[in-house]
Amino acid sequence: MTAAAPIELAAYFGLLTAAAVPLGAYVARVLSTDGPASVGPLARLERGLYRLAGVDPAEQMTWRRYAGAALIFNAAGLLAVHALERLQARLPGNPAGLPAVAPLVAWNTAVSFATNTNWQAYGGEATMSHLVQMAALTVQNFLSAATGIAVLAALARGIVARSTGGLGSFWVDVTRITLRLLLPLAAALALALVWQGVPQTFSAEARWPVLSPGATGERVSEQVLPLGPVASQVAIKQLGTNGGGYYGANSAHPYENPTPLTDLLESLAILLVPAALCFTFGALVQDRRQGWTIYAAMLAILAPLTVATVAAEQRGNPALAALGVDASVTALQPGGNMEGKEARIGPVGAGIWAAATTAASNGSVNAAHDSFTPLGGLWPMLLMQLGEVVFGGVGSGLCGMLLFAIVAVFVAGLMVGRTPEYLGKKIEAFDVKMACLAILAPSAMVLFGTAAACLIPAAYGTVGNPGPHGFSEMLYALSSTANNNGSAFGGLGVTGPWWTLLTGLAMLVGRYWVMLPVLALAGSLARKSRVPAGPGTLPTHGPLFAGLLVATVLLVGALTFIPALALGPVVEHLQLLAR
Amino acid sequence: MIRPALVLLAAFTLLTGLAYPALLTATAQLAFPAQANGSVLARDGAPVGSALVGQPLSDARYFWGRPSATAPGPYDGRASGASNLGPSNPALVAAVRDRIAVLRASDPGNPAPVPVDLVTASASGLDPHLSPAAALYQVRRVAKARGMPAAEVRALVERHVEPPLLGIFGAPRVNVLALDLALDDLCGRGIDAGRTGARRPHP
Repeated sequence: MTAAAPIELAAYFGLLTAAAVPLGAYVARVLSTDGPASVGPLARLERGLYRLAGVDPAEQMTWRRYAGAALIFNAAGLLAVHALERLQARLPGNPAGLPAVAPLVAWNTAVSFATNTNWQAYGGEATMSHLVQMAALTVQNFLSAATGIAVLAALARGIVARSTGGLGSFWVDVTRITLRLLLPLAAALALALVWQGVPQTFSAEARWPVLSPGATGERVSEQVLPLGPVASQVAIKQLGTNGGGYYGANSAHPYENPTPLTDLLESLAILLVPAALCFTFGALVQDRRQGWTIYAAMLAILAPLTVATVAAEQRGNPALAALGVDASVTALQPGGNMEGKEARIGPVGAGIWAAATTAASNGSVNAAHDSFTPLGGLWPMLLMQLGEVVFGGVGSGLCGMLLFAIVAVFVAGLMVGRTPEYLGKKIEAFDVKMACLAILAPSAMVLFGTAAACLIPAAYGTVGNPGPHGFSEMLYALSSTANNNGSAFGGLGVTGPWWTLLTGLAMLVGRYWVMLPVLALAGSLARKSRVPAGPGTLPTHGPLFAGLLVATVLLVGALTFIPALALGPVVEHLQLLAR
Repeated sequence: MIRPALVLLAAFTLLTGLAYPALLTATAQLAFPAQANGSVLARDGAPVGSALVGQPLSDARYFWGRPSATAPGPYDGRASGASNLGPSNPALVAAVRDRIAVLRASDPGNPAPVPVDLVTASASGLDPHLSPAAALYQVRRVAKARGMPAAEVRALVERHVEPPLLGIFGAPRVNVLALDLALDDLCGRGIDAGRTGARRPHP
């Protein structure tokens, strides 16, 4: 790496931490039912909504009821998205006159947005009407994110509960998170984005004659740029770890991400809420050291992998160097691997974003990951395969990390021969089983899904690149969907029936086979009484436990995925070196 | 549980799906009308492009932007996207080799090495910028084609260099359309519009 990159990296992580700590404390207040602001217009709106919906805001749900509410709510959202996509041609808010979305793509997209994945088997500007972008996709960006945070709140309540068994009300959690956290953050970010040049209009398009028409072989005389309510969607897709772009090029599109300032704001927004939730968790379990320890463990994995990704992209592509291309990093050019990158962003901004968006299960991109160098693509892939627990999806990522914490105390307990405890709750067979189930289900989906794709001609036939890179495209697709990330190696053709069904299944497994075990675990923990910490208790804060947690995450990820990674990016890297 | 699910979904569809984008659109149209509508640049009252969107250019008298992988043609605003060619793909190497050949043929004897961003496709296919190095590489060709002193064209490029934010974030860059429009201004738009007037509708 060269001089400016370490400063940019340090500034990024510094700004992230500075914003996440106070936000985390605020979210803890939002999630405390006995908490603040039972007066004021927001509280009146909330009470009105509860009355209309027939919700008792004081209800303490069992884990089964909480999970049932989440599932029904998500299912209703999924059906609504599907219906709007299929009916868009007959509904208003379609100034470009787009036809109905094809059935399988519409189903895949509905699953994708309801599960907080935002995998996109379509190009947004050419497929979705304004109404669908707003009333279907933007809504699920809010609600799937709120669902993830609600499940985290339930798990935290299960941990602190004194054998009462109550996890709070799913309806209250979703309402308060949406109204008090996501909406205000999204509105503020969206306005900043518009100021910088992100469109926000109900006009269909802008068009103009090109400066030098007929100069290209295709005799283009006019440029047409679809417009719409872009900023309002981009803001929440960044903040809610959704990632689904308004345009096909996502945040590489100059209308989604026009300046270095928007790139900084959007890349901070990717990690802001997942990072803040670490501190929220510390506040909810009444031990801030727990939040800091988990935050430190996440950063200890993310920071080196970010540096590695940036370094790989700045080093550039040896195949092009052989042609005499100047890819050196100087004051006059960003250099490095510029295929699939924007000039205003360059390899450093693209590397930071790639690591952040795959660490958090965001999945938005500001560069084409498919054209990254083999190692530059390897680290983002690994970050997804670790189970989206390094920050991960809003709420769901921290839940995943807490499962690893339970496995870590279990392993430590085995080593010293004591019943493991986590935050005063004894960890028993059922709890470890739930943790392992939630960790193994997405991993199995990735590996078996990739293996199946390798055997089905209709699946592997759509790869966009020859050799090991084609395998990487399929491995990336399954790693992304089964961990609810949503980014892609875009060369893979995913609009056919095999891929829409396989990735749709992967998204459902990745979301609900984590969410249900987490809630079952929360219910199990909530029924247990708290045991005071004794001299034999392993403290779950401080550097020792952070190290143990990092080791557990990396070990499980490495044992599961190194063979698969060796077949894709590792082979490709060695081939490029050998040229 | 069905009732709260349906009622809250409907309520949040109204709030986050309609009220939020509608209020934001109203605010944006009042506070930042130019940006909210695509940052369109106008000349003599007619739109000539967007400050944020690159254009397909191959006339020797203009600076050219990054290669674009949009289909069917380059810089197609309705189909943003990248080539998605992997780093080891022979098609990538072949495409870059062809682009180098075109650049060399357009400016024989240019001793400068070819900057990487000038021969690699952008992620959006609509990249409005070049690195300063990629713009400077083209100074010789543009100056010759316009019959201008190279120093004058170079000075114009240097005036159009935008530094990284706070010197840290993002890359140094040149907006190609802004540079080309300024170049037309410098040459006297009367002369230039006369030369390209048949192809460029001016009121």
